[in-house]
Amino acid sequence: MAETLSATVVHADANASADTDLNTGSGIRPTSMPRTVTPIRPSPWQRAFRKLLPMLGPLALFIVWDLVVRAGWIKAILLPPPSATLITLVNGLAGGPLLMDFLVTVARTLEAFLIAAVVGVPLGVLLGSNERAYRSVEFLIDFFRSTPSSALIPLFLLIFGVSDINKVAIAAFGALLIVLFNSAYGVLNARKQRVMAAKVMGASRWQIFKDVLLWESLQPTFVGLRSAVSMALVIVIVAEMFIGSESGLGHKIIDAQQVLNVREMYAAILAAGALGYALNVVFIVIEKRIVHWSGR
Amino acid sequence: MSKVISPTLKLEEPSTPFVPGPPGTHITIRGLTKYFAGWPLYENFNLDIPKHKIVSVFGPNGCGKSTLINMIAGLTPIDAGQILFDGKSLAETKIGYVFQNYRDAMFPWLRTIDNIAYPLKLEGKSKAEIAHRVEQLVASFDVKFDLKRYPYELSGGQQQTASIMRALAPGPEVLFLDEPFSALDFEMTLFIREKLQEVFMQTGTTMVLVSHDLEEAVYLADEILLLTKRPTEVAEILHYDDVRPRTVATLSQPRFIEVKKHSMEIFQREVRRPATALPPD
Repeated sequence: MAETLSATVVHADANASADTDLNTGSGIRPTSMPRTVTPIRPSPWQRAFRKLLPMLGPLALFIVWDLVVRAGWIKAILLPPPSATLITLVNGLAGGPLLMDFLVTVARTLEAFLIAAVVGVPLGVLLGSNERAYRSVEFLIDFFRSTPSSALIPLFLLIFGVSDINKVAIAAFGALLIVLFNSAYGVLNARKQRVMAAKVMGASRWQIFKDVLLWESLQPTFVGLRSAVSMALVIVIVAEMFIGSESGLGHKIIDAQQVLNVREMYAAILAAGALGYALNVVFIVIEKRIVHWSGR
Repeated sequence: MSKVISPTLKLEEPSTPFVPGPPGTHITIRGLTKYFAGWPLYENFNLDIPKHKIVSVFGPNGCGKSTLINMIAGLTPIDAGQILFDGKSLAETKIGYVFQNYRDAMFPWLRTIDNIAYPLKLEGKSKAEIAHRVEQLVASFDVKFDLKRYPYELSGGQQQTASIMRALAPGPEVLFLDEPFSALDFEMTLFIREKLQEVFMQTGTTMVLVSHDLEEAVYLADEILLLTKRPTEVAEILHYDDVRPRTVATLSQPRFIEVKKHSMEIFQREVRRPATALPPD
């Protein structure tokens, strides 16, 4: 076999008329052209441009915003110039009254989130590891998960009254179902083969649970926790707006709107946006740290 | 006092009495029955798997090669029948299993070395014992990669090497391998094949290998188990007793070529045979 092959190559070599016609001849032969490997490397300019790409969108938004205000297409009483808004935001957060509201909202969101996580993760994992138990409450979880939590605000008002606990409770409730659902599904959908691998090595049911199922559920649990913190923030802001409140970003936004202090209003909206974004980023970083195998 | 005071034992007479395999039998499979979606995959299937031998399982697509070893390894429940290891049940037997898809078989939250040590930890071995055993495995597999890395940081071949080490760590009586090479490149396949042969020569561990590559199946095997289409039966068991270690030269030995050719003929005969029971499509 090897002999025939090399013979063919020699034959092809003899037939080859030039270095470049690679496909003539009756056999495959290596090209004798010098191979120059030039890695494609972006110039420093290109790299700098790529790094700046994510800034392009926000920049464009601020320019359009500024133009719209300058041209007077939207009344200044409805839309302040971006520079003024940003100054109000920075001043407010740097020790101004906005900081207080910001911190109160952060505290409420985290409280609600913690309750949801501490109750939801163990309960979800437990339900997930017993499929029959999960199926029996699946409808309830799905139903209340699909019910907008804000629709339950009046109900919670009846139970908890107009209090701080109320805002945290309703946010915790909304976040809890998301955590529960994701943790349970994480366990239910654990890769069968890993469970089988543990089983064949002689792991008991408890060992399979703590060595495989729990770990397998971590990634979906983190997805749940991340959505839950966003949900908690949404509910807290809404609750601060409509459940008689003295503090918080939601309160600040509606208060500023009532007296047509648009700068403060926009600054508070941006602060809420920044908070939501920051929470998301923090959770992604933590998730990457803990669930290091995710997506690999 | 002519009466013997003892309860009359009422032994249930089994419908088919147990027939032991020939001497040297390791695994006896009797009356194995398995239905899939109402269709028989195995019906009253009997097989003796010899001890200290490598058995390659080969057969037409969908005949249930992997299902067979999964049933023996207790990963797929059986509908009826009995599987014994030297007369013991599966629960009393230490087995190892190597999956085709190493990616989903290793635990990515554990470092590779802890993956290999995991079955030892399950056995309740001490840290020193575990370290000693892992060292042994590292030496015998001539591991050149960093076991402190996580499995997903290793190449496919390295991961499969590690998962074979994990399967062998507790010193199993039987090692099951479900197409262990089919997700690997050729170079890695050759390497792991040689390692398996070495381990087999050192330990004599009974191995049951499912393969879809006939050459590979014959190359490693002492016995080639050829299966029919479903409902699956033993088409033939071929013996191949060339000396070990087998090498590239083995592939051109007349005996190897003969066994491979014979296997091929049986395989083709079985593939062409009209199916007696088709799964509902």
